[in-house]
Amino acid sequence: MLNVIWLALIIVAVVVGGINGKIEDVTRAAIDSAGSSVTIAIGLIGVMALWMGLMKIAEDSGLVRLLAKIIAPVMRRLFPDVPADHPAMGSMLMNITANMLGLSNAATPLGLKAMADLDRLNPTPGVATNAMCMFLTINTAGVQLIPATMVSIMAAAGSKDPTVIIGTTFAATAISLLFGLAAAKFLEVLPVFSVENAAREGKAS
Amino acid sequence: MIQNAIGFVSLWAIPAFLVGIPLYGVCRGVKVYESFVEGAKEGFQVGVRIIPYLVAILIAVGMLRGAGAIDLLAHWLDPVLSRVGMPAEILALAIMRPLSGSGSLGIVTELVKTHGPDSFIARLAATAYASTETTFYVLAVYFGAVGIKKARHAVLAGLFADLVSLIAALIICRLVFGP
Repeated sequence: MLNVIWLALIIVAVVVGGINGKIEDVTRAAIDSAGSSVTIAIGLIGVMALWMGLMKIAEDSGLVRLLAKIIAPVMRRLFPDVPADHPAMGSMLMNITANMLGLSNAATPLGLKAMADLDRLNPTPGVATNAMCMFLTINTAGVQLIPATMVSIMAAAGSKDPTVIIGTTFAATAISLLFGLAAAKFLEVLPVFSVENAAREGKAS
Repeated sequence: MIQNAIGFVSLWAIPAFLVGIPLYGVCRGVKVYESFVEGAKEGFQVGVRIIPYLVAILIAVGMLRGAGAIDLLAHWLDPVLSRVGMPAEILALAIMRPLSGSGSLGIVTELVKTHGPDSFIARLAATAYASTETTFYVLAVYFGAVGIKKARHAVLAGLFADLVSLIAALIICRLVFGP
């Protein structure tokens, strides 16, 4: 799937850029984006080390397993392939909590820790498991109790009531999360998206 | 009141984690400094491991933006979507949102400035922006960190959730704020 999407994005960019007479911008954007990807990744290293370090303490002290146990009834349904007391459950919960609180620079490192934990349960390296896709869907849905960035932008622009968007945002994000979870559950059993199919596609191409 | 509460949470949440986790660790007999350093080691590897995935996704998105393809797509879709009550101003934001976080934030800021922060458009844009995440970025970083190349159904599920959040934002904002 990513093979097709990625190629399509690039072809569309070049063709449209050519027609629009913006082919120079396309070239510049490609070079600049490649550079800024590394800046982003390097910038993540420090904050990543911070949260990975804290998570290691949380794990060694049994806090992660404790959290996993508390939320097990919900998580078991979403992630039936992950053992209820597996560290992945705890680190996923930490990531979701950070997301809900709007702590995006903590949420990403915690999420990557959760992905690493989930990957330990992956029998086919390189191919996403059902649990990984489900976890990714939760993250792309962007569950947030408080959209702090938006509230501060509205406030900075002189809004009389910058917090009115909290309610509408929460409702919209909750609905999209529910639909996203349902879609992930539905899609994971389709033969097109099976692990075997994904692995086979890899060998053919 | 609400704003104070938000300020309080965003001010204290991270310090609470920073002091709470090591404190709990000490109580459970963990050598906190050693554990921390041991875990922090992974940070570097993860940062480096995601680079190729980020480069792949960000160049594709960057080229699309540079080509003006997003504006073009918004232009094509406008006649269809304006019929269901989607304001044209929001359309470019909706297309940009799953592709680029900074790009879509720029669009929202612009809309807030031109229409005023208490306008329907600004509130809808803010809701649409905040109710979802940058799907392709999350995909590249999260899957890149563990070397996943076969995303299976994750892309489709993520984009579907994006679409639902856009429709939900439109309906809810219409109900709450009215156009």
